[in-house]
Amino acid sequence: MGVIVEQFPLYVQGFLQTVRICILAAVGSLILGTILAAFRVSPVPPLRAVGAAWVTVFRNTPLAVVLFAVAFGLPELGINGSYFWFGVAGLTLYTAAFVCEAVRSGINSVSAGQAEAARAMGLTFSQSLSLIVLPQAFRTVVPPLGSVIIAMIKNSAIVGAFGVGGDLFAVGVQLTSAQGYAAAGVLTGVLLGYLILTIPAGIVLARLERKLAVAR
Amino acid sequence: MTSDSGGTGTPMIRMAGVDKHFGELHVLRDIDLEVAPGQVVVVLGPSGSGKSTLCRTINRLEPVDNGVIEVDGKALPAEGKDLAKLRADVGMVFQSFNLFAHKTILENVTLAPIKVRRTGKADAEKRALELLERVGIANQRDKYPAQLSGGQQQRAAIARALAMRPKVMLFDEPTSALDPEMVNEVLDVMTGLAKEGMTMLVVTHEMGFARRAANRVIFMSDGEIVEDSTPDDFFSNPTSDRAKDFLGKILTH
Repeated sequence: MGVIVEQFPLYVQGFLQTVRICILAAVGSLILGTILAAFRVSPVPPLRAVGAAWVTVFRNTPLAVVLFAVAFGLPELGINGSYFWFGVAGLTLYTAAFVCEAVRSGINSVSAGQAEAARAMGLTFSQSLSLIVLPQAFRTVVPPLGSVIIAMIKNSAIVGAFGVGGDLFAVGVQLTSAQGYAAAGVLTGVLLGYLILTIPAGIVLARLERKLAVAR
Repeated sequence: MTSDSGGTGTPMIRMAGVDKHFGELHVLRDIDLEVAPGQVVVVLGPSGSGKSTLCRTINRLEPVDNGVIEVDGKALPAEGKDLAKLRADVGMVFQSFNLFAHKTILENVTLAPIKVRRTGKADAEKRALELLERVGIANQRDKYPAQLSGGQQQRAAIARALAMRPKVMLFDEPTSALDPEMVNEVLDVMTGLAKEGMTMLVVTHEMGFARRAANRVIFMSDGEIVEDSTPDDFFSNPTSDRAKDFLGKILTH
């Protein structure tokens, strides 16, 4: 276990890199996933098709394959960037599919009468969605959305392994294979790093759920 | 009414040759109906007769298969901005109230005036409070819908619809979800509106309201308008067997 103390600054660096990846991908996938969910319930058939296709492609493709496709596919399309941004993009595109389905289940849980009343008063589809349906949908969606985000934090390890480098998982690999520390001690440190992210995330989500439930 | 009313008075609602199916079920059969401005029409009929569907086609919550529907001389547009604009002029009150669950009563009443009519917040609130005062629940303004009784919720829903200054009000079984002791508080508000000259189409089972407040009773059965008469005529001299049968069932107990 001495490795955690000896290499503490490296662990901190890796932890912060993981936090950066996760915050960017969480914000990105929440926004993108919500837009996709709006597509999937919209009255415009092409938008519904885009939403459905997105979910089908990204939910059924292993994250590692998505990351490869982004990192090697985008440059071929003339889009260049660092592996960091490719990694964040891949994780975002992938997670957005799961966010979309969670948000859509929330939209379906809001009684049809709410949207009907909104439309009957002259609100447009997007007004009725953004002012009436989504605010109520997010309340029921906090627990499944929380699971999606926690899974995303863990999936960020694949982004690290894939070559973004410098994140918590990559630190583990570096310490074991390059510097020859015993795996058990190194991985305990890595695991602690992830738990520091995931457990508080769960607590914050539980609080948020209670708070929204009261306001109902 | 409006300047383009063509002199003799455009009907507020006009339906001509309206047909609608739900799958195999023919819910509206060749409906022709005109409602003049200021008229209060009560739609009666057994359950499944198509009366709620009729009400919901007028603001296109239910699209129809065939036929023409006009509100104040304008044909219902297809889904989109124009339809939203037309709906803003048509107030609707639902059986299950459908107040916005995450908004306070005051916010429920001010939301559409602010977002659709672009009324300033202060003006919208002033008008909302007048309306809430009028329906007798101004003291509930900061509560959420779930904290109110059914009767209070439905009165709030009426205030919410009136806040848009609609040309016509549609009521889709407004008292059917209420406990009996709360029915009258809602009907009183509706009777007041009728007296003030609001054009109203009311789907209901409240025969007392039909006698008291309606100018006209329409009786529907199996998707057709079977009778169209004054309340007195309908209740004392129903001409069709289906209306006689219906009245026999509801008036004997």
